[in-house]
Amino acid sequence: MPRRSTTSIAPALWIPAGIALGLLVLPLAGLLIRAPWAQLPELLSRPTVLQALGLSLGTAGLTTVLSLLLGVPLAFVLASSVDWPAVPRRLMRALVTVPLVLPPVVGGVALLLLLGRRGLIGQPLDDWFGITIPFTTAAVVIAQTFVAMPFLVLSVEGALRASDRRFEIAAGTLGASRFTIFRRVTLPLIAPGIGAGALLCFTRALGEFGATITFAGSFPGVTQTLPIATYLELQRDPDAAIALSLVLIVVSIVVLVSLRDRWTAGLRS
Amino acid sequence: MTRLVADVRVARGSFDLDVAFSLAEGRTLAIVGPNGAGKSSLVGALAGFVEVGKGRILVGDRVLTDTAAGVDLPMDKRRVGVVFQDHLLFPHLTVLQNVAFGPRSVGRDDAVAHAAAWLDRLGIASLAAQRPRELSGGQAQRVALARTLAAEPSVLVLDEPFASLDVEVRADVRAEVALHLGGFTGHTVLVSHDIDDVAALADEVLVVESGRVSQRGTLAELEATPATAYIRRLLRGRGEA
Amino acid sequence: MKRALALVAILALAGCAATPEPAPAPAASEDTLSGSITVFAAASLTESFDQLKTEFVKAHPNVAIIFNFGGSSALAEQIVQGAPVDVFAAASPATMATVVDASLASDPTDFVSNTLELAVPTDNPGGVKTLADLENPDLKVAFCAAEVPCGAATDAVLEATGLKITPDTYEQDVKAVLTKVELGEVDAGLVYKTDVLAADDAVLGIEFAEASEAVNLYPIATLTDSQNAEAADAFVAWVLSPEGQALLQTWGFGAP
Repeated sequence: MPRRSTTSIAPALWIPAGIALGLLVLPLAGLLIRAPWAQLPELLSRPTVLQALGLSLGTAGLTTVLSLLLGVPLAFVLASSVDWPAVPRRLMRALVTVPLVLPPVVGGVALLLLLGRRGLIGQPLDDWFGITIPFTTAAVVIAQTFVAMPFLVLSVEGALRASDRRFEIAAGTLGASRFTIFRRVTLPLIAPGIGAGALLCFTRALGEFGATITFAGSFPGVTQTLPIATYLELQRDPDAAIALSLVLIVVSIVVLVSLRDRWTAGLRS
Repeated sequence: MTRLVADVRVARGSFDLDVAFSLAEGRTLAIVGPNGAGKSSLVGALAGFVEVGKGRILVGDRVLTDTAAGVDLPMDKRRVGVVFQDHLLFPHLTVLQNVAFGPRSVGRDDAVAHAAAWLDRLGIASLAAQRPRELSGGQAQRVALARTLAAEPSVLVLDEPFASLDVEVRADVRAEVALHLGGFTGHTVLVSHDIDDVAALADEVLVVESGRVSQRGTLAELEATPATAYIRRLLRGRGEA
Repeated sequence: MKRALALVAILALAGCAATPEPAPAPAASEDTLSGSITVFAAASLTESFDQLKTEFVKAHPNVAIIFNFGGSSALAEQIVQGAPVDVFAAASPATMATVVDASLASDPTDFVSNTLELAVPTDNPGGVKTLADLENPDLKVAFCAAEVPCGAATDAVLEATGLKITPDTYEQDVKAVLTKVELGEVDAGLVYKTDVLAADDAVLGIEFAEASEAVNLYPIATLTDSQNAEAADAFVAWVLSPEGQALLQTWGFGAP
């Protein structure tokens, strides 16, 4: 007996949905159509392009690693805050979310005021140790981490909230120490949340522009990441800018596809 | 001859649980009572994941909990194994890995072989490579039992172990569990609201109503002189699976 | 309506008489212009054009002027991509050429010139005295990126002097360089003379002789697609007028 599909939707929904889809897809299509395909090999083999790409991938990777090391523990703290009184609990959540709503340039300015040469921490660092942070690759990683880590924290926290804590109790009764429970039960169960968070973090860091250019500046090979190079190139050679944009899109898609596969495969084996 | 001695008061929402009992090793004590009587809190107190307000829990001369002396062993040191109603098998591990979890956690080199032996003993060796989500209810509970026993606890707690099973399966699994309990040398505490479980598995019964013990004795003693209306109703349900 | 206009005219005249001004505004009775115009202008024109606007609006109270300041090359690119603009004031003939080549403007006129000046934080932490001091690798230096006009001027100066200076950052417009100097993040930056003047005591300016090797000419033009060509032309005329020129020169610009 033919049954109605339970997922069928009202046809009228296709109108706004179609517009939404168009908004997301058509700009990319425009990019693909207007791309200077013939000159692409020459444009992409320029040393500045490869330099910017390498720098972007490297810094985004470091940012993701740093965000994992610092952000996963923070996610645990945030998840445990449900037991706290209202004011500290809301304050904690707001602090973690602030970089998400802050315009990136404002984030860059804030970082300068903290870690710049005349900054709260930056000045003692310079006076006592001669260490300055702006204009270094480290500054790029810091700027990217500031804007991208909250994605990872919130994703992992969501996974923690949704996970069944009784598995941890079961593991305890079987003789597992707290660290063993964390390593062999808690982490594997929230692994998809960590994976998704790391992915969001990486791609956000890859595309970061405002905070980076304000805090770290722009110098080829040191701080000029792919988005910054694209912006500058747009003013001189739009074709080169389109080529760089294509590179960014392709890299993002490759990361999205490859990580998802590896993640689900790991859970199955 | 080690006895399991428990004398605890646990704070709960509506009323406190205030229960005391002792049990010889090799024996099975069934703790029965209506839902909400406090049975789950007792399981938690024994296993160490529910805080005891006042009291002591001892196994022989091993002190698990003693509020007066400030002793409260963490879960992993108590050697109280629990078979949960929802089995709680780790979804990301195979059956074999689940059963080997306990031995591995305490650092046994032969953990996997030990686990395989237990799967054999319970007749579920064929399930070794499967994932919990692929198992039927009855299979899962058998694996849960194997997992708990493989960890070699000194106290075995079965918390409503058959409540989630289909009626047809319940009797079979119950019979198997009875078989293996016979070989278990530690103390067994069975928590249930089903009188048939009690009849099949328990040596003695402790009835808990509203947080207090309303009667203790063998099933025969309860049948002879039921102390409360609840106990009378409970006994009448016998045989009606 | 007529009474309101008369009131505004009287107030404008009164305003002219009361406050000391570098130049008298055009007569307030020429207020036939209306609507709004969008002006894209190089970042270095920020303060001077703001003042030009104030004066212009006194004479033409019904005209609203919307500014967009930024790196000339970025602005030129936006115009080519179709941004609705009425007037473009660029910091170099090259960036204006981008717009002219796209047939969006014709007959640009040079209206001022600008030269580079060294800017250092007020306490001069690097102890900078001359341009050659910047060759010291321990100093932190900010330049404009080569793609923007002040970057092109910087390159011209470096070529002329033969100095080998590697900055720590190439910023996307001259105001960004100035900000880095103001904040003390760099020991020195190359910006326009006009930027040093506009920054008042926020930075210290150090002139250098070789600046004359790279004089930036600033062209201005009305866009052919302007929706309010009348007001646009009037604004350009005001910029080119003797009073407008005098105002610009108080901000440090040179004659074109």
